[in-house]
Amino acid sequence: MAHLRIENVRKSFHTKRETLDALASVSFDVCAGQWLTCLGPSGCGKTTLLRIIAGLLEPDSGTVALDGGRPRLGRSAYLPQEDTLLPWRTALDNALLPAEIDGRPRAAATAEAVALFRRFGLCGFEAAYPAQLSGGMRQRVELARTFLAHRELLLLDEPLGALDPLTRAGLQAWLLEVWTELRRTILLVTHDVEEALVLSDRVLVLTSRPARVRDDVCLADWPRPRRRADLRLVAERERLLDTLAREAKP
Amino acid sequence: MIRKLLVSALWVVVPLGAWEAAVRLAHVPAYILPAPSRIAVTFVEQSSMLARHGATTLVEIALGLTIASCLGFLLALALHAFPSFERAARPFLLASQMVPVFAIAPLLVVWLGYGIWAKVVVTALIGFFPIAVSESDGLRSASQSAIDLLRSMGATRRQILTKLLLPASLPALFSGLKLAATLSVVGATVGEWVGARRGLGFLMLEANARLRVDLVFASILMLTLIGLLLYVALRIIEQRALRWREAGTAERA
Repeated sequence: MAHLRIENVRKSFHTKRETLDALASVSFDVCAGQWLTCLGPSGCGKTTLLRIIAGLLEPDSGTVALDGGRPRLGRSAYLPQEDTLLPWRTALDNALLPAEIDGRPRAAATAEAVALFRRFGLCGFEAAYPAQLSGGMRQRVELARTFLAHRELLLLDEPLGALDPLTRAGLQAWLLEVWTELRRTILLVTHDVEEALVLSDRVLVLTSRPARVRDDVCLADWPRPRRRADLRLVAERERLLDTLAREAKP
Repeated sequence: MIRKLLVSALWVVVPLGAWEAAVRLAHVPAYILPAPSRIAVTFVEQSSMLARHGATTLVEIALGLTIASCLGFLLALALHAFPSFERAARPFLLASQMVPVFAIAPLLVVWLGYGIWAKVVVTALIGFFPIAVSESDGLRSASQSAIDLLRSMGATRRQILTKLLLPASLPALFSGLKLAATLSVVGATVGEWVGARRGLGFLMLEANARLRVDLVFASILMLTLIGLLLYVALRIIEQRALRWREAGTAERA
């Protein structure tokens, strides 16, 4: 069953001087519970794609159907690339923001958040302000907030991009565990090929701007957890890096 | 810490000592420039009178500042809610600031009489603009990505305002409030100069006319204390309201 269907989506941005074509006819489907990763050269329009799916932007043409039609704002859990923790809210209150917006009862939401904080290794930091947390912890709070939005589809825009390699590898393994347990549909955007191969059921490679789907790799039958040194994974990584390098050339 | 206190104390003690010495050595008459010791004695001797007049001035300031805060805040909200209104109103707002409030103070006395209301209005007019402008800027200080995040959660305009824009505007609002508090002391004093029967500004004029320069200085001291009191009070409220800021800096220090 297709959970999210994207058909011939085009998007251009107009400034006074020029027109920037971000997406040129992008089409793909995502099934419920699938982990799909979008790879592409920097600035190829990956973020634009996520913003369109989140409902923050409308495509110039084409259709985006999330469980049917209806307005998309508020239907998925979007994690922007920038740090979006509200500095005046504690870690726990930040994670409770989606429940507040939805108007869910606070007691139940708090209990759920506290339980998830334990699961996310944030126990004891509920009352800390974002400025008091390390980069890895802030990222986990943002991910906790995203999971606590109770949305079927998670849109993650380079959630691990700004972290050091060690923290990053740790969070990848951990994110995989959480996903296996909670089973949501994930659409992850990254430019880290290895991250895509270690985590996803399926990898989409986008061309450089204006983006279209260049390659669609199915990894659903690759057992997890996957080792980075696995020969099949290494070979696939080299192939994808090659594709990306050719794409990045003008 | 003690070192820091000592250094701050030096900044007060040295100039005062120099002043005292200069007045005594040059035999400057007290009706031109009284020595700090003389001012201190006057301040203590006349403390009940200073407190009485100070109370009047404080009430004027408090009322004026409250009115300025409410109106300034509401205007900032209105400007935010109706962008077309903002475009239409901004030039008039700026032009209104070109009108010297002190120049219309005599008119206010004509209209509102010698009671406290003319002073309250002068104070409110002076404090209004910095509060409106700071809050208006503050409402624009939330990042676009945070706004997008809330929109993606399906937040209404009202939720975006109460959960994001208003809390984000607080630091700017407090800057505006502190500036307005400082200005409001000037506003109330000038209001009293123009026409009053009570208040520290009135007391200063009286004392000046009778060549009681020591009492003029004592009144200035009292005004300074009132200004300081307001500032410290606001600072304490600010620290409580913006605890998250202190938490962050304490961690990094």
